[in-house]
Amino acid sequence: MKTYTRTMNGWWRRNPFYLWYTLREWSSFFLTAYALVLLFGLARLAEGAAQYEAWRASLASPGAVIFHAAAALIVLYHAWTWFKVMHKTLPFLRIGARRVPDSAIFAAGVASSVVLSLLLLWGFA
Amino acid sequence: MNATNGKVIAIECLRYDPQTDDAPHYETYQVPFTDDMSVLQGLQYIKDHLDGSLTFRWSCRMAICGSCGGMVNGVPRLSCETFLRDFYPEGLRVEPLTHFPIQRDLAVDQTDFLVKLRSIKPYIIPEAPKPVTEGTFLQTPQQMDEYYQYSQCINCLLCYAACPQYGLDREFTGPGALALLHRYNADSRDAGKAERMELVNADEGVWGCTLVSYCSEVCPKSIDPARAVNQNKVESTKDYFLRFVAPRRNG
Repeated sequence: MKTYTRTMNGWWRRNPFYLWYTLREWSSFFLTAYALVLLFGLARLAEGAAQYEAWRASLASPGAVIFHAAAALIVLYHAWTWFKVMHKTLPFLRIGARRVPDSAIFAAGVASSVVLSLLLLWGFA
Repeated sequence: MNATNGKVIAIECLRYDPQTDDAPHYETYQVPFTDDMSVLQGLQYIKDHLDGSLTFRWSCRMAICGSCGGMVNGVPRLSCETFLRDFYPEGLRVEPLTHFPIQRDLAVDQTDFLVKLRSIKPYIIPEAPKPVTEGTFLQTPQQMDEYYQYSQCINCLLCYAACPQYGLDREFTGPGALALLHRYNADSRDAGKAERMELVNADEGVWGCTLVSYCSEVCPKSIDPARAVNQNKVESTKDYFLRFVAPRRNG
């Protein structure tokens, strides 16, 4: 039987849902880059105080500030999407006989993330 | 046909005749409609009054049979529960479900899904045969809740049309069949999990899913196939690691 198969070219542009999904996947790239910058800083710290201060000074350059601002926004989006789908990766959670609603899992994820972030900031301050 | 109050909507249909066409093209039909008319009824109007050669599948007209799925303005929808009024006055474009080969016009070749559906053993495999004289299997409401939502699948294939991973790799078992696989694995009356885990763990099993989760957005029965697939990533991981500590029953 003769059939016609359509191509997948540009599939990620066909629907806003796919565009946001593609951005979610690319956000991992920024997350990794940001982690590598931190890792690099840790290596400088191991080399001594002067090296660590030089690394900190390099973070004040306009390029580094722009990168960090962009990375922070993208990481926030990554976290948001992660909590949005978290309930799908879990078995049904129950309290007594009642199933924990998906919205509660999302809210618990966001809340714990905010609290931990604030604790970290407070620790640094 | 009721009075249409003079309203006419343009329905652009993908057309493909395997006997004469090398590639699909689009044809636009002007369809008089009433506010209670579905896209399916619009297609039926075209077939009855404008072009009898337009080919499409349908049966129940009430979102139960899962036959009339298609792309409406690029979104997978059941044409029987999508209303023409929502696309007035701009008009709409109707195409066959994407990611499937087009047989003719709006009808796709479903063979791939049907083979996969059969492969997941979509039936209860009891631990031991139980004669009717021994009565029915009993189940608590909680045991039923574990699988009930997944049992609502009507095999409409909207989730396959929503899944880019299936479009990119047709070997992927896909959301619908994997959700039904979970429906049986999660059923307390079933003992066929070990047989089905082979499919879950395979390259074309749950790990082909990257949690795009658009399948769950378009599912007309809200069964959340992405959840069934991803719950089984946990099962697959457990299955992989537990073999080191607990030997499998069937070797």
